[in-house]
Amino acid sequence: MNRVPANLLLGGALVAAVAAMAALSLIWTPHDFAQMNIRGKFQPPGAEHWLGTDHLGRDVVSQLMAAARNSMAVALIAVAIGGTLGTLLGLVAAALGGWVEDLVMRLADLGFAFPALLFAIMLAAVFGPSLGNAILAIAFINIPVFARVARAAANQIWTREYVLAARAAGLGRFAISRDHILPNIAAPVIVQATIEFAVAILAEAALSYLGLGAQPPAPSWGRMLAEAQTLMYLAPQLAIYPGLCIVVAVLGFGLLGDGLRDLTDPRLARAR
Amino acid sequence: MIALDRFSVRFGTSAALREATISVAPGDRLGVVGESGSGKTMLGLAMMGMTPGQGRLEGSLSVDGREMADAPEPRWQALRARRVAMIFQEPMSALNPLRRIGDLICEPLGVHMGMGRRAARARAADLLAEVGLPDPALRLRQFPHELSGGQRQRALIALALACDPAFLIADEPTTALDAHVAQRVTALLVRLAEARGMGLILISHDLTTIARATTRIAVMYGGDIVETGPTRAVLSDPAHPYTLGLLAARPAGIAAARPPGAPRPRLATIPGSVPRLADLPEGCRFAGRCAIERAICATRRPVLRPAGPGAAACHALEGGQ
Amino acid sequence: MTDPLLSVETVSRRYRLPRERLLRPAPVLTAVDRVSFRLNPGETLGIVGESGSGKSTLARMIMAFEPPDSGVIMFQGHDLARMRAPALRRLRPRFQMVFQDPYGSLDPRRSVGWSIAEPLRAIAADDPARVAEALRQVGLQPGDAGKYPHEFSGGQRQRIAIARAIVTRPALLVADEAVSALDVSVQAQILNLLMDLQETLGLAIVFISHDLRVVASLCDTVLVLQNGQAREAGPVADVLNRPAHPYTRSLLAAAGVSE
Repeated sequence: MNRVPANLLLGGALVAAVAAMAALSLIWTPHDFAQMNIRGKFQPPGAEHWLGTDHLGRDVVSQLMAAARNSMAVALIAVAIGGTLGTLLGLVAAALGGWVEDLVMRLADLGFAFPALLFAIMLAAVFGPSLGNAILAIAFINIPVFARVARAAANQIWTREYVLAARAAGLGRFAISRDHILPNIAAPVIVQATIEFAVAILAEAALSYLGLGAQPPAPSWGRMLAEAQTLMYLAPQLAIYPGLCIVVAVLGFGLLGDGLRDLTDPRLARAR
Repeated sequence: MIALDRFSVRFGTSAALREATISVAPGDRLGVVGESGSGKTMLGLAMMGMTPGQGRLEGSLSVDGREMADAPEPRWQALRARRVAMIFQEPMSALNPLRRIGDLICEPLGVHMGMGRRAARARAADLLAEVGLPDPALRLRQFPHELSGGQRQRALIALALACDPAFLIADEPTTALDAHVAQRVTALLVRLAEARGMGLILISHDLTTIARATTRIAVMYGGDIVETGPTRAVLSDPAHPYTLGLLAARPAGIAAARPPGAPRPRLATIPGSVPRLADLPEGCRFAGRCAIERAICATRRPVLRPAGPGAAACHALEGGQ
Repeated sequence: MTDPLLSVETVSRRYRLPRERLLRPAPVLTAVDRVSFRLNPGETLGIVGESGSGKSTLARMIMAFEPPDSGVIMFQGHDLARMRAPALRRLRPRFQMVFQDPYGSLDPRRSVGWSIAEPLRAIAADDPARVAEALRQVGLQPGDAGKYPHEFSGGQRQRIAIARAIVTRPALLVADEAVSALDVSVQAQILNLLMDLQETLGLAIVFISHDLRVVASLCDTVLVLQNGQAREAGPVADVLNRPAHPYTRSLLAAAGVSE
């Protein structure tokens, strides 16, 4: 009856692995990730450097761990900002209805139509490339996503009789949104946040790869990938390691989000 | 003939249907009445071989003399639609909204009866006429959402009758309909059963519907059949305290003249509430709510014994009163 | 003669339906068509009709969830459609509602006590003692306040919904199909409870139902609605025993009341 879906288990395990890597890097890495050692460059994997060193002699494992921390932090902040603003917009749209709802949703359509990379490039052109601007860009593309999810879920809750009862009790639209709507749309919003986490990690890697995200020496999977690209024939493994990390993190959050949705969606629950 | 002999459907330690013994022959009209959790829907599903997968079946269930309690799915599929058909409470969710009424009815005619397209269309139009839908040719082209609730239920009945089943199980077929429409759909079911010599199993919570449409009745409570017999006799002179309480709890139809705000007579009630499946008492399911309960009731299960023209399962009806 | 508690004067409500043709005007459905009635304090009015008769629309207008397109609804001397939002909110504790679905009318994530206290919080008068009193009045235990809706049966949930509706000691209760979703054996308990509460609290009730038997046992007067229009109105004994309108007669026949 209460079987845990397989995608939830696998996704949870992958996410836990990445999160553990990121958390550990806060207190310990095998080496200082930024410590260069020109004489010890392109070392093969060994006891001292588990996955070897890069073209500047930096320890790959340490860089991957520190980059995990960076990726997670960027995704967390960006999704938190975008999710909060988007959910609030969705709640307001559902609560007020009418032209306000139409306006918010058309703005969301506009947001969807606007490529995130373009927005990031624009920000970089105006304010210069930085991790902060990358976070802003990722947060911005998340707003319409959450606004749509929150509005759709909220509109459903607004038709419930307990909401009508709250109106009969004399509560206003915002009190009802706070007391009844928000707690009851938490499940779909959290599911969406998990999925958006995967998107954000991918976006951060892409932006850093293009040089619009993390700036040296801050470690980032995307930037490691970009640096390794020029050395593809010399040391292909340097591209493979960060690539694998991105795959694991994105797949993990994607599966976790799907699994959570399976658990919370009553239609799917009945089919089990 | 559908016959159940001490047939049970168990989920873990609790029984959704407990040792039900009842039979329906073609031409019979059996009413199954009960409240939520009484097991009446489970009884209907069992007759279609559609009990939920986790349910454990015990006892005997035979259709046309063949034992079906442990039959594999393909044997049931051979019976469904052709021997036993079923209609449900909400006709909208039972009809695929993307397909025309004609296509819905023609499908089983082609699959089960091997009819060609032409013959199937003609047969479908006949069926729609038989269930009292005017202008069958137009209905064949319409989609489910273009029909009213009552028309949809009629279309669903036509679909169920497509392969000339010997038995029709109707689970709350009129509950979603207005009283006027419900009355006409109930009358249609009776007329069809009589004209076709078909066995009708009408499942309902509504005693008025059951009284109108059926000749025999099975009163269910908490997964047990607590009383059976001729419908009229059971409803006019019930033997089981639950049947008695159910009849008494119904609001009277005629209002007594009284000045506004004056005290009104209270309705008779059955104390407590319908227990959940997992909380059912071990002995008599009605124990704890019964007015004439004895010590034995909580622990030992009463069996159906003759009471008047029917039978009732109550310890108070046994010897030593 | 005292002023009525609630007066509904030639009230209509129309809805624009979706356009069927691009260039034609959208069709209009008149859900409630010039309906009038008066209700005195402590009395019970039954509104009977089939689906689509406009009875739920009428209930929503009495509850001031939506305004009438024409006509006036006066409650305790206030024209509900003309009140400003804050004033209406202050008046709401005086008229409350019980809904049909005992599973949908309580927020599944909130405790029973929290839900019952909701109308009190809206007027900043939250008081656990009044919640406990309301629970006792509907036949539940004060200790039930800490439990959640899923722990209760359908009938008990309807008792909880009634407790929420009476906690502010309203003068009027609007009950929209409040016993339709309940089992017969539980329905009688809830009807008796409504009668008890009405006599002890002096409540007036607008009881909306498709079930003539239920209306006959509970109500003083009855209003029969068909397609948004009032077909017949009067004391319940007169209307049900000697129906004047053919529609009322056919409703009685369909319900099996005359059998």
